[in-house]
Amino acid sequence: MTDYSRRDFVRIAAAGAGGLFFVSSCISKQSRWFFFTDEEASLAESIIACLIPADDFPGAKEAGVIHFLDRQLVGYHRRFQNLYRNGLANTRKSCLQQFGKCFNDLADEQKILFLKSLEDNTVPGEPWKDMASSDFFNLILDHTMQGFYGSPRHGGNKDYASYRMLQLDYPLIIGRHKYETD
Amino acid sequence: MANKKVNAVIIGAGAGGGIVAKELATAGFSVVLLERGRWHTFNEYNNDELISQRSNALTCPFGPDNEKYRRTVPDGKGGWRVVVPNEWPYGNNAGCVGGGTLSYGAMAWRFMPEDFAMKKTYGHVEGSTLEDWPLSYDDLESFYEKAEYEIGVSGDPSLNPFAPARQKPYPMPPFPYNREGNMLEPSARRLGLHPFPIPMLRNSVFYQGRSPCIHMRTCIGYACPVNAKAGSQNTVIPVALKTGNCRLLTNCKVSEIIIDERGRASGIRYFDAQDKAKTQPADLVILCAGATETARLLLNSKSNLFPNGAANNSGWVGHNLQGHAYCGAIGLFGEEVYDDAGPGACIAINDFNHHNPGILGGGLLANEFIRQPYLFTGLRPPGHARWGKEHKVFQRDYFKKHISVVGPIQEMPVFTNQVTIDPAVKDYWGIPVLRISGYRHEKDLEGCDFLASKAEMWLRETGAHTTWKMIPGKETGAGQHQAGTCRMGNDPKTSVTNTHGQAHEIDNLFVADGSLHVTNGGFNPVLTIMALAYWVSAYIKKEWNGTRFK
Repeated sequence: MTDYSRRDFVRIAAAGAGGLFFVSSCISKQSRWFFFTDEEASLAESIIACLIPADDFPGAKEAGVIHFLDRQLVGYHRRFQNLYRNGLANTRKSCLQQFGKCFNDLADEQKILFLKSLEDNTVPGEPWKDMASSDFFNLILDHTMQGFYGSPRHGGNKDYASYRMLQLDYPLIIGRHKYETD
Repeated sequence: MANKKVNAVIIGAGAGGGIVAKELATAGFSVVLLERGRWHTFNEYNNDELISQRSNALTCPFGPDNEKYRRTVPDGKGGWRVVVPNEWPYGNNAGCVGGGTLSYGAMAWRFMPEDFAMKKTYGHVEGSTLEDWPLSYDDLESFYEKAEYEIGVSGDPSLNPFAPARQKPYPMPPFPYNREGNMLEPSARRLGLHPFPIPMLRNSVFYQGRSPCIHMRTCIGYACPVNAKAGSQNTVIPVALKTGNCRLLTNCKVSEIIIDERGRASGIRYFDAQDKAKTQPADLVILCAGATETARLLLNSKSNLFPNGAANNSGWVGHNLQGHAYCGAIGLFGEEVYDDAGPGACIAINDFNHHNPGILGGGLLANEFIRQPYLFTGLRPPGHARWGKEHKVFQRDYFKKHISVVGPIQEMPVFTNQVTIDPAVKDYWGIPVLRISGYRHEKDLEGCDFLASKAEMWLRETGAHTTWKMIPGKETGAGQHQAGTCRMGNDPKTSVTNTHGQAHEIDNLFVADGSLHVTNGGFNPVLTIMALAYWVSAYIKKEWNGTRFK
């Protein structure tokens, strides 16, 4: 790590804060995402809401899995940035071609059928000629499962939603079993 | 820059390297133990399924890291694609002090006598380089015992009629069965099978100053918070360091074995924690980096006398890569079977390890280690939806109501299952990386189907209302059970080392890890790796006179 003195740190931090103020006063829509654009985030959130829908228990959307994706795409999963960017753009395009509207505006059954066609590589049209739609689908599916069933520390599974659903105690207390096993 | 010369430099502080370091250091050898990773503690990771060596979802917590390491695998279109350590085809084990033994499941199997004499037992197998080991179970028996006592194993062989003969009992009593074990035991007996508690490198009672197991849910894939799980990092390596004869250098990446003009090893080159290029001269070089990285090191060490890599004039280094063809079955139950206590795996049978009609070898069956929510999303009956409402309902209904019974099918060695050096791709330090390629022998998949059927039968008898088989794919895998790439043997034309792990062509170069395995048994291989490390060390201690071998 670069070796800054404390005084340097205060100066840099102040400059950063000032910069942020300046930007937010000039541009009306300050992105709240690390990786996604607002449009991408909205589409990705609609997709993951189908992958793990809400029922009696929260789904991927309610559990904030979009924040897991957004954070990991500038973290551990940053090597998948292009796949996400292209996959979301292709999804948007092929939806428009097929239905004349955005994914978000489709009926629930239409959304599911469309996602199945991504999963099976049967989605028609131009946009997927350079990448298999299943590559993108499998990636966002796997990451959604990670976000929903992983630790809340990584951005998803808000309020331990999935652990509550599975009736798993968290956080785990070290040594608990020593006293509770019969 | 050259370090002070030592008697022995050991590469890799895992199951094999830790033991060799302890054996040589306590015998008065000056030793440098090099490890590419570092020390880890349980507290770094907080019970996190996404950061466990079981899922490797976000990273390989116990190394190696995705930034510095690369391998290539076939891309399916005739070319090669780059993979990083937390991707499955990379075949990672671990890169840290303790190696795989820090975070493993810790099953402590001895191979059976047949496992050392596979060709004698099953004859020549078309398309396979199947061969007998140059040593027998009886040769290794006392070294198994030494591993069981020095590292620490809990178990009771008396319930297993197929257990190989032994001189002494295990040092610790066995673990009791968990809920799954108590369900699987009577049903196995009804089927005429012979269930028994799995021997484990894990304390059932206080042993050598370490605590007994507290049954954490986060056991396999994690470091143990109370050191009940015994690895080289909390047993032999501390003993080695205490002698004052062993220096452990962490975060050091070895790039090459230095071969002198007479064709002997004179030391190794490595990059230290600050990425400075250094050399470590030594009388003896001992490779314990695992079957993939040990082979890589030999292949990358080219010299005039060894244009194909050190000790590789036979051309056999890197070939016969084996792992295990893991297979089994899952059963769904009407009642809760989950008891939230790790490590979960507790009951096994050896009824199907050998002498199965029409099958070459076989494997043990045991109940699976404890499942966690993310990885459970991958366990679904064939044709079941992977997502949507059905996914969620299944997850909820069966997370606590399923049992998985699995086992490792012993793979037939295949010459073209191999690691080679990629001509273009290099790692962070500029060292050429490995290519991994090959396909399992077709008999392996027949074995998988056979063993998975037995697992299914056992689950049905236990009361499962739905069962299905899990059969692996055709691609060869390295992974945690990687073995076979520096086969030991009596013929220098078809093996890399002799019976003592000593390279046929370079007498001061040794291998002491899974690379030596001629065949990999129908068992988790770690106790055999440990026993071999004691075996190799005993030869070095006895035969090395300070300047040369007697």
